[in-house]
Amino acid sequence: MSEVATHHHDDHHGAHPTGIMRWLTTTNHKDIGTLYLLFSLMMFFIGGTMAMIIRLELFQPGLQFVDPQFYNSMVTMHALIMIFGAVMPAWTGFANWMIPMMIGAPDMALPRLNNWSFWILPFAFTMLLSTLFMPGGAPAGGWTMYPPLVLQTGDAFPFLIFAVHFMGASSIAGAINVVATVFNMRAPGMTLMKLPLFVWTWIITGFLLIASIPVLAGAVTMLLTDKFFGTAFFSAAGGGDPVMFQHIFWFFGHPEVYILILPAFGIVSAIIPTFARKPLFGYSSMVYATGAIAFLSFIVWAHHMFTVGMPLAGELFFMYTTVLIAVPTGVKVFNWVATMWQSSMTFETPMLFALGFVILFTIGGFSGLMLGVTPVDFQYHDTYFVVAHFHYVLVTGAVFALMAGAYFWMPKWTGHMYDETLAKWHFWLSVISVNVLFFPQHFLGLAGMPRRIPDYAVQFADFNMVSSIGGLGYGISQILFVIIVVKCVRGGEKATDEVWEGAQGLEWTLSSPPPYHSFTEAPDPESITGGHR
Amino acid sequence: MNASQKKANSKTVRFLLLATVLMFGFGYSLVPLYDVFCEITGLNGKTGRIVSADVESKELYDDRLVEVEFVTSVSADLPWDFEPTVEKMLVRPGVETRADFIVKNNANYTLVGNAVPSVAPNAAAKFFNKTECFCFTKQSLEPDQTLTMPVLFVVDPDLPQEVKLLTLGYTFFESLDLASVD
Ligand code: HEM
Ligand SMILES: [Cu+2]
Repeated sequence: MSEVATHHHDDHHGAHPTGIMRWLTTTNHKDIGTLYLLFSLMMFFIGGTMAMIIRLELFQPGLQFVDPQFYNSMVTMHALIMIFGAVMPAWTGFANWMIPMMIGAPDMALPRLNNWSFWILPFAFTMLLSTLFMPGGAPAGGWTMYPPLVLQTGDAFPFLIFAVHFMGASSIAGAINVVATVFNMRAPGMTLMKLPLFVWTWIITGFLLIASIPVLAGAVTMLLTDKFFGTAFFSAAGGGDPVMFQHIFWFFGHPEVYILILPAFGIVSAIIPTFARKPLFGYSSMVYATGAIAFLSFIVWAHHMFTVGMPLAGELFFMYTTVLIAVPTGVKVFNWVATMWQSSMTFETPMLFALGFVILFTIGGFSGLMLGVTPVDFQYHDTYFVVAHFHYVLVTGAVFALMAGAYFWMPKWTGHMYDETLAKWHFWLSVISVNVLFFPQHFLGLAGMPRRIPDYAVQFADFNMVSSIGGLGYGISQILFVIIVVKCVRGGEKATDEVWEGAQGLEWTLSSPPPYHSFTEAPDPESITGGHR
Repeated sequence: MNASQKKANSKTVRFLLLATVLMFGFGYSLVPLYDVFCEITGLNGKTGRIVSADVESKELYDDRLVEVEFVTSVSADLPWDFEPTVEKMLVRPGVETRADFIVKNNANYTLVGNAVPSVAPNAAAKFFNKTECFCFTKQSLEPDQTLTMPVLFVVDPDLPQEVKLLTLGYTFFESLDLASVD
């Protein structure tokens, strides 16, 4: 599809403010997408610094560098920042940039709301990060905020709760915007079953957000009133029950993990067909599998709490539903592999990250299956095995897909090719170090090392040292990514409109970089073909 | 954006906002649902509450005895001593039985507490019925006052045969003013 875009006219909607005001007041989907992505990158490094502190303390047994309370703050803040500050805003950033271009729309459906939903975020995270300097320290009870422990948080407590409220409001607004855009702004001829999978996975993510974030908001509001207004939702003294918090939290929490991963499925489904030069195998089964995963994600929550003392029937129900998720997930992995089967592949950096994703995410899926089996979860629960599991699905899953997507579309965004040599270095250093970092954690967990503890028995020393070295390596390698992005924004070989030889889809018919408003005139319906990715 | 798209957008937004509000409400509705669920299933050690007449009508197994053991604890911020008078007893299902607990206020001021019961194993909880209990009301103790408090209970004869031991636990908490007591 090498039709050269004919949309070079700049818009004439009056003068744009420049400088800082441009960014504060912008309602343009590309500007807001850029803001989201930059914000996410910043949070990735702040959360990453916290991870470095954690791995530094765990380099050797004993308490060396930080006190246990601060260590626990680091664990808690690292998780909150990475989940709500790095991965979720990054997906919203990709959605902002790509969805209007993918569906042939000029902009998002609700541009003003879009501006708000972004600018709430810096506010929320300033509030969250300010707790590091408060009496009593930052929240240290874990990102899962279980009472009664979380109620012992010092002055930081209300700031934690309100920060969660604001992050939630921002992501709900983002979700509403995406769903409205896809439902109402598609170009003529862009039927639902022609949508690129990234768009599909994002609508489903949007519904997951709208259905689950309000439940989290309710749970943390109950914590707030328990602490300050004498309610007793979770206090046994008043007839409440702390275990109920876990049910409510995980009713949100499990859909949340799919919020973090579904857009990654979409991106990988765009990249693999491009570099395999073949249409995606099983497009419609991908759509249905995503829907099935989303549905199942609401009925598996108690696999996070197998050890609270559920009746046998409950344990069995949650075990079967959990293991059932492996079926639609397996369909997806099968389809990606089948797409590559007998294709003529090339291995540019986006493809490398996508392949890394397929292999390493699958490892995370397998450890998830192990954890889903109730009797063995009794052994693994709250050990480093769980830590290894969720870092395989989140770092080598979600973050690898983010990197893949960033390299895939960076030439489109900036109009320049990135430095392929440096990017390959970034990939290889990341993929090696991330495995050195997280693979040994499986063994630590199987041997019984508990999570969220700053010290450990000496028999765990060797694997922890290996893991810390991997951690430092992974951390440093990510600086390369920043260098590559800066270089690419500044200049480089001019990117063609199509950028990649096998590229399919409307965004590649626009110029690189694309005009400020994407499709001011709807694209030719003839040019809209579906099912490629 | 044309007018029909604008209209469609505001319709979508209204629908999704409604969904958001409903899901927020759903989060709160999980609270009563959870209690009802626990009550029906006896999960979470929530015990049944009946009058003894209901139990008397049931067929008794004369030869069956179940061991009932009592454990007590006091929350860290309440300066009370709290003990059962006996640690264990053998109980005939279907027969109302009495157990006594002694509580003492070590503080030099009056304190109000309430005891939260729990029965293990969970599966047996709904067969454990209290006909009278100090845990039904708040207990107010003057400085240094000691109080003996009874529990009257009946183990339902339908208790599964494999259950040989029941544990009844109580934890005393300082009463929260706004809290509802079961
Ligand atoms: C085949 C799919 C999966 C299965 C069967 C599965 C199963 C599980 C189970 C049973 C646990 C609880 C372990 C425990 O605490 O004892 C768990 C934890 C976790 N999983 Fe997964 N999982 C799957 C995929 C994912 C994905 C795709 C993500 C995110 C992208 C994810 C993120 C997490 C996280 C963050 C935790 C830890 C939460 C915490 O306690 O802090 N999982 N998983
Ligand atoms: Cu889960």
